[in-house]
Amino acid sequence: MSIQPLLIAAAALFSIGIYGILVRRNAVMVLLSIELILNSVNINFVAFNAMLSDVFLNGQIFSIFIITIAAAEVGIGLAIVLMLFRNRETANINEFDLMKW
Amino acid sequence: MESGLGLTIVVFLPLVSAIFIFLIPKKQEMLIKLVTLGSALLTFGVSLIVALQFDFNNAGDLQLGTKVSWISSINSNYEIGIDGISLPLLLLSTFISVLAIIYSFEHLPEPKNAKGMMSLILILETGMNGTFVALDLILFFVFFELVLLPMYFMIGIWGDKTVRSVSGLKNDIETRLYASIKFFVFTLFGSAFMLLGFLGLYFRGNRTFSIPELIELGSSGAFTGTFASLVFAVLFLGFAVKVPMWPLHTWLPDAHTAAPTVGSVLLAAILLKLGSYGFVRIALPILPEQAVAWAPAIAVLSAIGIIYGSLACLAQTDLKRLIAFSSVGHMGFVMLGISSLTSIGINAAMIGMVAHGIITGLLFFVSGSMAHTYHTRDMGRLGGNMKLLPKTGAILAFTAMASLGLPGLAGFWGEFMALLGAYNPLPGLNITIFRSSMVAGAIGTVLTAGYLLWMLQRVNLGEPKEEWLDKELHDADNYELVAWIPLVILTVLIGVFPKLIFGATNDAVIALVSKAFGG
Amino acid sequence: MVNQNFINLLAEGKPEYTDGGVLAEFTWLIVVLPFLAAILITFFGKYLPLQGAELALGTVLFIFSYSAALLYEHATKGIANEFFINVGSIGSYDLEFGWVVDGLSIMMYFVVGTVSSLVFIYATNYMQGEIRYTFFFTSLTLFAGSMLVLVSSPTLLQLLIGWELVGVCSYLLIGHYWEKKENSSAAMKAFITNKIADVGLMIGIIVLALSTKTLRISEILYQSTHDYADIKTVAYLGGVLLFIGAMGKSAQFPLHVWLPDAMAGPTPVSALMHAATMVTAGVYLLGRMFPFYQGMASQALDIVLLFGVITLLGAGLVAVVQDDLKKVLAYSTVSQLGYMVTAMGSGAYTAGLFHLWTHAFFKALLFLGAGSVIHAVHTNNMSEMGGLRKEMPRTFSTFIIGTIALAGLPPLAGFFSKDEILASLNHEGHNLYFIISVLGAFITAFYMTRAVLLTFFGDYRGDGHPHESDKMMTIPLIILSGFAIVAGWANIPGVYTGFTKWVTTRKNYIVEYHPESFDLVAMFSGLTSGLLGIGLAYYVYHMSGNATDGDEKIKIKPIWNLLENKYYLDFFYFKFIIDPVKITFAKFVDSFNSNVLDRFVNGVGTTASKAGGIVYTNLDQGGIDKVLNLSSTGTDTIGSKVKLIQTGKTQQYLMYFLIGVIVISLIILLVL
Repeated sequence: MSIQPLLIAAAALFSIGIYGILVRRNAVMVLLSIELILNSVNINFVAFNAMLSDVFLNGQIFSIFIITIAAAEVGIGLAIVLMLFRNRETANINEFDLMKW
Repeated sequence: MESGLGLTIVVFLPLVSAIFIFLIPKKQEMLIKLVTLGSALLTFGVSLIVALQFDFNNAGDLQLGTKVSWISSINSNYEIGIDGISLPLLLLSTFISVLAIIYSFEHLPEPKNAKGMMSLILILETGMNGTFVALDLILFFVFFELVLLPMYFMIGIWGDKTVRSVSGLKNDIETRLYASIKFFVFTLFGSAFMLLGFLGLYFRGNRTFSIPELIELGSSGAFTGTFASLVFAVLFLGFAVKVPMWPLHTWLPDAHTAAPTVGSVLLAAILLKLGSYGFVRIALPILPEQAVAWAPAIAVLSAIGIIYGSLACLAQTDLKRLIAFSSVGHMGFVMLGISSLTSIGINAAMIGMVAHGIITGLLFFVSGSMAHTYHTRDMGRLGGNMKLLPKTGAILAFTAMASLGLPGLAGFWGEFMALLGAYNPLPGLNITIFRSSMVAGAIGTVLTAGYLLWMLQRVNLGEPKEEWLDKELHDADNYELVAWIPLVILTVLIGVFPKLIFGATNDAVIALVSKAFGG
Repeated sequence: MVNQNFINLLAEGKPEYTDGGVLAEFTWLIVVLPFLAAILITFFGKYLPLQGAELALGTVLFIFSYSAALLYEHATKGIANEFFINVGSIGSYDLEFGWVVDGLSIMMYFVVGTVSSLVFIYATNYMQGEIRYTFFFTSLTLFAGSMLVLVSSPTLLQLLIGWELVGVCSYLLIGHYWEKKENSSAAMKAFITNKIADVGLMIGIIVLALSTKTLRISEILYQSTHDYADIKTVAYLGGVLLFIGAMGKSAQFPLHVWLPDAMAGPTPVSALMHAATMVTAGVYLLGRMFPFYQGMASQALDIVLLFGVITLLGAGLVAVVQDDLKKVLAYSTVSQLGYMVTAMGSGAYTAGLFHLWTHAFFKALLFLGAGSVIHAVHTNNMSEMGGLRKEMPRTFSTFIIGTIALAGLPPLAGFFSKDEILASLNHEGHNLYFIISVLGAFITAFYMTRAVLLTFFGDYRGDGHPHESDKMMTIPLIILSGFAIVAGWANIPGVYTGFTKWVTTRKNYIVEYHPESFDLVAMFSGLTSGLLGIGLAYYVYHMSGNATDGDEKIKIKPIWNLLENKYYLDFFYFKFIIDPVKITFAKFVDSFNSNVLDRFVNGVGTTASKAGGIVYTNLDQGGIDKVLNLSSTGTDTIGSKVKLIQTGKTQQYLMYFLIGVIVISLIILLVL
């Protein structure tokens, strides 16, 4: 089995994620886009692991780590978004310029 | 007292007391005054004990001193001691300080503020006493400069508040401000150069600041040539400003006129002596060769000072300014004596210094008190003082007589002996210059008599002016009399029995002259 | 502490004199006592019943008795001793005070003692009710003490001290009524004139002391009579300088101007100081230093002689034109002092001192008499007197005795002393000076007779009713007139020459002419001129009409004007010396001080502060500080621009990030 289709799928997924981050105004959608990017990385990890026939399964272990961290990250991210929404009554990311100069 | 304990107490007790006074609350006026008086009296007492322990048979040697390492990196030591030259001046300083404090009991320039005045007097006393006992150039310099500050503050804070115009300045300026700044800057200008001279001596003289060691070096001919003449020139600047010698005297009339009474008393009585003392203690013995070279110039400047001061007095309408200018003349006699470089002349200078301290101090006491009573120093408005304030007038008359060099009173010896010295200066000096200076000095005595008698006529004699008749004027009170009478008595005592001074100075001066000039 | 110097040990030859014993040893008492008394009078005088006068009187009476005892001892046994107290050493010089007990000083003690006693008694009454009565006696006592300091002095130093002290007492007493400006000015004039002369004395003393290496008079005299080389070189100078000092005190031309003005003081003062004692100090000095003058400085004596003669004639002439009785006497005193100085100058030591001695008594008498008159008529002007002989008989008769004594008629005192001076001048061959002195005698007789006639004869021209003075004033007059008669008998050539013996204690040093008998030429001319003067004045002021018209008869306008203006000396002094010094020079110096020196100092100050300003604004603020500030403001400006990138919008950041990644990737792909 060739690795290329897998890599192409991962790249597509990554690009869709980037697009989502840059374009979507809703903070939840941005978080979802981040998940897409992370998953495209996971696909890459698993694909390369299979191709290299790694006996230690490093790629798969990494992808499991990433899934765990992504879950934690989305939890925190959603909490922040939730708090911001409560204070500002909007989830529009352009309104959130607290870090401005 | 081998450890120099006595002298150390004399120098630092006033300073310690001044610090102590800072700790007393301002409200406790009486306590402040008593502590000040107590410490000044104690200082005077210790200085008397020192005088008793002093070995008058070896008055030429430095005695009762000590030498403790101070700033070892530049080999500067806490070296003190006295000989017959410094002893009378030290006693004069401690004594006049006591009188100044007694006078201040009831005559503070700013009532209710005893703290400031008293502590300044005490700091001043430390500076004066220290200068007279210091035998290390750096130590000398420190004390020499220390006296500037209290005097600056006295003039600047409690001085004459009137506004006057000053030639060369566009705007009118407050008298005290002008006078205090002029005093400070003028003196500092001189002493900055002096310090340069000290450093020069240090580097050429085996890296020592010790005056006795430098004298040994100097008399053995270690300092010669251009170097020596430069050093003498800068020392001359430093000391001549303080004396003050013509034409460096112009700070004096302003400072005296503006200063509060006690300030001008201490200024005239002690501070001016620091300069002439510096000549005798440092400039002459360390640089004898240059002293010989400079002597004619000093003599001429002194003679000019005598005539100039007296003539300027004749033109004054301000009582205190007149007395201030008379100091220029009198210190001219002192410097004329010193410039002769003979034992007679320098002895004359010594007794002249003491006598001037007593007499002019008293004159400033009296004139300051009168200025306070009348609220004016303008002699055109005064007159009939003998009738209005008989006690003050009598003392003023007596002091004026003493000041014009009346034989039988202290002022005579300094004048007469200075002329005697100037007639026959050290062999090798230009006799024509010195004899001309002597004649000028002698003419100066006539002018001195002239302006003092004229002053008496305008201030003391005649009928009182009408503006005073319905005013309630207070004659000298007890504090004033207690401060003044001792000076009157001293004037007579020294006048009748000059041995009181010569007994101490003569051997020391002879030793100095024979060591430095071999004569 | 006290050193004795028995003079006979110095004067080679067999001892003729004793050391004076206890009496000489305690002579210091009469010198010190007046000073103590003066202090006591100052502080306690007011509380005493006679306001301090009793202390003064007691003191001078003690001086009188002590000096009388000394004089008796000296006249019988002879005393020559001196005592020294060291009061300090300076260089190799000993400063010594002390007292001399020899003929010359004893004579002066006696004169001072006698005249003071009488004047003090007189003054207790004369000054009654005047202001500062107590202080008057303080000063008078102080004067007696100072005069004794002067005449008892064994060193030139003490002499100078006494010399100036009497000057101060004179200042105090002339200016006794200092409420009026004329009086205090007269006092000042006296002091300053004397001070000018004192400069001469002072320098003279310095010159002599330095060349002889001593201040002791006896040592200087010894050296000057024993041909010491050092003093010889300066002898002429020293002699002239000492004489300048003497000119001041003894009112010699042209320094006599203070004495007539000094009459502003109360009359007893004029009698004691400005006639009998203080003004003779100069003559005393010449007498004391006479061996020096004769031994070394005989050329200086010529100058002394010249000035003496000028003075005796010039002052005598001025006395003729005075209307103020006291001024007549004052100029007369100047003139008589001229006689004494003339005598000294001509080498007649004894004659000069003898005239001092007699003059002290009769001039004091005349002054006290004048005082008595003035006390009665309350004016000094003779034009407001006249006819007082009836009202004041005792004053009149004693005044007449004084006048005759002064005019030099025998057997009164003035005759003998003046005759001796004339005889010496004649003997020394000073013909011109002899003639002038004889002329002076004529003038003396003339102005005294004029004064007597204007005062006592004719009709009273003043206000009120004058009456004779109190006994306390007339008794001293009577006693003094006794002295005015007998004082001259102390030295009658060929009969009794005790006075010569008294004063020539140091005769080994003195060479002088002692007439064995009367010099007939001198006696005749002196006597004739005296009589002529009296006669002429009597004719002009009495016989030929009213006394007040007398002046008109002898008036030669230009000369009279010259004399009335006192030879324009005062004018000259004020115009050319005092005013220039006091006004021109003094103002110049003062303006020099404030406009040149001060301006310079202030200029330095302002220049420094200007320079400071320049340095501050341009270098400090405009230079260094600017750079520093620029660095901070620059950062600030840039930062404020750059910060705009930070919008806080995460997506923009990511956009930048992505662009960055793409650019870097392209660079890596394409360039590398």
